[in-house]
Amino acid sequence: MSVLVYVNSNNGKIAKNAMEAVTYGKKIGNVTVVTNGGADAGALAELGAYGADKVLVDRAFEGTDPQQLTKLVVAAAENVGAETVIFSNDLVGKSVASRVSARMKAGLVAGATGVPAEDGTVKVNVFSGKAFGFVKVNTAKRVISLLPNSFQPENNGGTAAVEEFTSNSGEAGIKVLETKKPEGAIPLPEAELVVSAGRGLKGPENWGMVEELATELGAATACSRPVADIGWRPHHEHVGQTGVAIRPNLYIAAGISGAIQHLAGVNGSKVIVVINTDPEAPFFKAADYGVVGDAFEVLPRLTEAVKKFNASK
Amino acid sequence: MKILVCISKSPDTTSKIAFTEGNTKFDENGVQYIVNPYDEWYALVRGLELKEALGGTVTTITVGTAADDATIRKALAIGADNAVRVDAEATDAYQVASEIAAYAKDKGFDLVLTGKETINYNGSQVAGMIAEELELPFVSLATKLNVEGTTAKLDKEIVGGVETVEAQLPLVVSCAKGMAEQRIPNMRGIMAARTKPLEVVTPVGGEAMTSFVSFDLPPAKSAVKLIDPENMDELVELLHNEAKVL
Ligand SMILES: Cc1cc2nc3c(=O)[nH]c(=O)nc-3n(C[C@H](O)[C@H](O)[C@H](O)COP(=O)(O)OP(=O)(O)OC[C@H]3O[C@@H](n4cnc5c(N)ncnc54)[C@H](O)[C@@H]3O)c2cc1C
Ligand SMILES: Nc1ncnc2c1ncn2[C@@H]1O[C@H](COP(=O)(O)O)[C@@H](O)[C@H]1O
Repeated sequence: MSVLVYVNSNNGKIAKNAMEAVTYGKKIGNVTVVTNGGADAGALAELGAYGADKVLVDRAFEGTDPQQLTKLVVAAAENVGAETVIFSNDLVGKSVASRVSARMKAGLVAGATGVPAEDGTVKVNVFSGKAFGFVKVNTAKRVISLLPNSFQPENNGGTAAVEEFTSNSGEAGIKVLETKKPEGAIPLPEAELVVSAGRGLKGPENWGMVEELATELGAATACSRPVADIGWRPHHEHVGQTGVAIRPNLYIAAGISGAIQHLAGVNGSKVIVVINTDPEAPFFKAADYGVVGDAFEVLPRLTEAVKKFNASK
Repeated sequence: MKILVCISKSPDTTSKIAFTEGNTKFDENGVQYIVNPYDEWYALVRGLELKEALGGTVTTITVGTAADDATIRKALAIGADNAVRVDAEATDAYQVASEIAAYAKDKGFDLVLTGKETINYNGSQVAGMIAEELELPFVSLATKLNVEGTTAKLDKEIVGGVETVEAQLPLVVSCAKGMAEQRIPNMRGIMAARTKPLEVVTPVGGEAMTSFVSFDLPPAKSAVKLIDPENMDELVELLHNEAKVL
């Protein structure tokens, strides 16, 4: 079976979730990768290690305009006769996979967490991670967008053939005026470790200890909704049902009660550590490790312990 | 300015999630439906603010059955001018998107706004499909939206930051947090909603491309392991050797 995987290689950078998507594709069939922009051919060839036979790159345009990328992916799918098209369900994938699905009349499985079963059904997260469902695609072709961090990339060595590709993707419908990325901060959606805090921290002036732990761990910072609503922390840090949904390897929550709407955004985390003064806080029921204690004392102590651990490595 | 806001219903965020009929159907027993929070708080309210500033109309559209009328009235109470219900059970994102696109096609809407995602099936699919069917540009997960003349200026989430972008109307936008503040309908709004037009239109027969075969609940979490707050070295040790995340 021919599988096409879209990979974002803009700015020459290929993220881990792209490698996850290629590895995932390899479980289904023969993988061709499609991408655009000026990425170095050597870097693209390395996707062969994750299972890609071939990389098609359209150098005629940069960026992630959904209309242009849709034309690119559809043209590449025709070129290689792909029956399955795969995206990572990240911010770019979300905006393009749906368009490609409609254009190709190929049913979309959004947020897949596993490879297709024998009967063709694919497991996805539903109800904000409170349940999962098995989706069947009723069309001949299908599009699957893979939930980041739900599938391990496998590096088996090897290189892919890199071929120039022309898709005539036209003009971008969206013009980018400005891009703001906070220096040095680790982006929350792709972070493997996350330190998060809630109203228990009492005020924005106390976030230093959250940031220090995050820095020591190399983690991103997050918060509960009221904390973002009152303006203690920026909106993009708000996790939960109405904020960002994340699934890091480790989620440390200090001074967060664990309301059902908060859990909905973090219950995909592999390991959850909860720090709370109240032993009855609902979050402990969802936690792997719990510390009943005052965050103002526990966080600095944990930071020290991590420092010691890092020094011993 | 003609604005179309896509409104769906979703189970109240505190609903207990359970399934019936051999795990093939969502158990609606005791479930309260609300307007999907993203649709209400962000798409609808921002649509209303733009209308208030620039003039025009806000129409809501829902693909659903008469059982959805209560949530549609809520959207009208918050301030939409009129509502459209495409009289079909919503089965999958593509079916919903084809119905909405078919309705919107020749009506001259300047903006089609959706929520970021529904909180039941969390697809984040419908908006992009509407955009593709209508061949319009699409800005996903916008956190700010302003309109001047026929140009929209938006902020959108990107990995690790924010991008400011510009696009020409007509445009499809999916709305995320930051777009607007929640509005609580007042008594006057609720009274007015009763008499605002809710037009029921016949579906064009958009076909679903996917279906849910079954559902399952995640396995119960094993009991939490409590660590002495004085002993964070032990926690680090467990995270390293037992959980293997450090
Ligand atoms: C429709 C809807 C959607 C929502 N979406 C979201 C969402 O996406 N994300 C979200 O987070 N919330 C969401 N909420 C809000 C949610 O219901 C809770 O109100 C919120 O998560 C509570 O935030 P919190 O835990 O920080 O604060 P609180 O509930 O006030 O909890 C503070 C906790 O800190 C503990 N504490 C106090 N002092 C200390 C200390 N010194 N050390 C350690 N612990 C301490 C307390 O014991 C308590 O458990 C939503 C609500 C609704 C109705
Ligand atoms: N049945 C429906 N009727 C109208 N709009 C819908 C419907 N389902 C979804 N939408 C809109 O599409 C958005 C994304 O939905 P989804 O793709 O299911 O996550 C929602 O936030 C709504 O604005």
